Amino acid sequence: MTQGSLPQRAVCQDLPPVIVGAGPAGVRAAQTVLAHGLRPVVLDESPRAGGQIYRRPPEGFRRSGAELYGTEAGRAQDVHDSFDAIRDRVDYRPQTLVWNAQPDLLDLLHAPTRTLSSLAWRDVIVATGATDRVLPIPGWTLPGVYSLGGSQVALKYQGCAIGDAVVFAGTGPLLYLVASQYVRAGAHVAAVLDTAPAIQRYKAAPGMLRQPAVMAKGLALVARLRLHGTPVHHGVRLLRAEGIAGLERLVWEDSAGRVQHTTCSALGLGHALRPESQLADLLDCAFEFSALHRCHVPRTDAMRRSSVAGVYLAGDGAGIMGADAAESSGELAALALLQDRRIPVDAARIALLQRRLAKTERFRQALEIAFPFPREWAAQAEDDLVVCRCENISAGTLRKTALETGARDMSRLKALCRVGMGRCQGRMCGTAAAEILAQVQSIPLADVGRLRAQAPLKPLPVDVTVQPTHEVPHG
Amino acid sequence: MNNLSAQVSGAQLRRLKERDRPVVAFVLDGRPAQALAGDTVLTAVLTQARQLRTHEFSRQPRAGFCMMGACQDCWVRLEDGHSLRACQALIEPGMHVCTQDFALGDAPP
Repeated sequence: MTQGSLPQRAVCQDLPPVIVGAGPAGVRAAQTVLAHGLRPVVLDESPRAGGQIYRRPPEGFRRSGAELYGTEAGRAQDVHDSFDAIRDRVDYRPQTLVWNAQPDLLDLLHAPTRTLSSLAWRDVIVATGATDRVLPIPGWTLPGVYSLGGSQVALKYQGCAIGDAVVFAGTGPLLYLVASQYVRAGAHVAAVLDTAPAIQRYKAAPGMLRQPAVMAKGLALVARLRLHGTPVHHGVRLLRAEGIAGLERLVWEDSAGRVQHTTCSALGLGHALRPESQLADLLDCAFEFSALHRCHVPRTDAMRRSSVAGVYLAGDGAGIMGADAAESSGELAALALLQDRRIPVDAARIALLQRRLAKTERFRQALEIAFPFPREWAAQAEDDLVVCRCENISAGTLRKTALETGARDMSRLKALCRVGMGRCQGRMCGTAAAEILAQVQSIPLADVGRLRAQAPLKPLPVDVTVQPTHEVPHG
Repeated sequence: MNNLSAQVSGAQLRRLKERDRPVVAFVLDGRPAQALAGDTVLTAVLTQARQLRTHEFSRQPRAGFCMMGACQDCWVRLEDGHSLRACQALIEPGMHVCTQDFALGDAPP
């Protein structure tokens, strides 16, 4: 920590800790802060706590936890129950987006009432989670093509399949989890297409055995798909999604190099996850390149402190470690915050949480071997592939812009051709665009930098009501 | 308008579970339509159509992508001029959702 070198902020001593996000990390952070006698503000974009992984259906839905979360039902229930038990004792603000961060204010939008307000902060735990990491294929903007996580949300949150005949493609553990959830719910899964060669799973086995229970769950998912007769192919290359008004078929190449056509009305596409780190960026946290994630992630110390005093990073938003690790890092971040407020905390508990996180980190390395990032993707991407869904920017435009201008970093490329400048701020295209820039300039991925976050982090409505700020700190 | 309607007929999403919720009446592109209480606007529309909007640059149909409020691909227009993110907002009785793009001279039905 280099707190001494940071600029002084106006600090009001009686401001409550702020937690952004109410997934597994945010819930454990809130619980921990409350247990030490402070009443946190919990800001969450969703209407109900749980995050994406343990997302709860709207009121009035009746499926059981076992049906919604499968093998993770116990953990999901525990996170939900924990939050339900404290929600009346914390300052819980659902459906609230943090769209900007200033040195001492967070700017908020309450979506249902379209009300803007500002919240003074002195310390904040950022638990903003993750979204799918997607490598585009031609036709990925067609109706019927969804992210893998999105496909899961459709089923979990709405009881719907993304189509009548669904293909799941890409790589990562989520591929098998979502496919098996669909099969179990009675959906027709036409195929599961993994870009990872089959041999990778054997190479990863020694590392995966560090968490045998998790590995066993994964094997059970694959077994369920096989039992159901769902075709599962490894070592595939995804060629294109075809259709006119919507997806009609997926064209892909099998591991023997044969071109295959699979008729389908929907595709769930994803290549693991990417951290949702824009808020950490606006809070001015230092980032560093992570070879494991193939992207820049906000830097944290062993207590989940960021480089900025009073800013703590919990859960997948600072690097993808999964839901169980998010619970641990949420609690750890809260303990760091409490320590920094000179509130006594349990050192043995800190050591336990850190051991758990170290173990997950080793398992995470093994997962990367089992489901490797398809490094050949950028070289194989055709020039007419649409990379940026918002601004309709093709791989060819990215390459031409980079070569003509000599642009070697993402910020420059964005300024020159608008990639990542659209409404999603590069959440969907940032990974792919960085891979293409590194490929066309023949430079390491670490050197192309990253897209910087800009306020508003998500689009704001035009006709908002602005609530006067009562909570301005007296510096 | 008629050609476009024919093209986008059919549903994208298929309901598998929780189909016994109360019915909510709304209006989809000028026609009466039914959703279920607790549906997002995205679910309400895409259980009976394949598109939410036309992309402003490519003029191609779009139907959302991430379902978790990140990609911003599912913004739809309401008749009253408001726009909303269809994967996050819940359908409300009487809501009038417009998925067709009338900017190019098409008239609403």
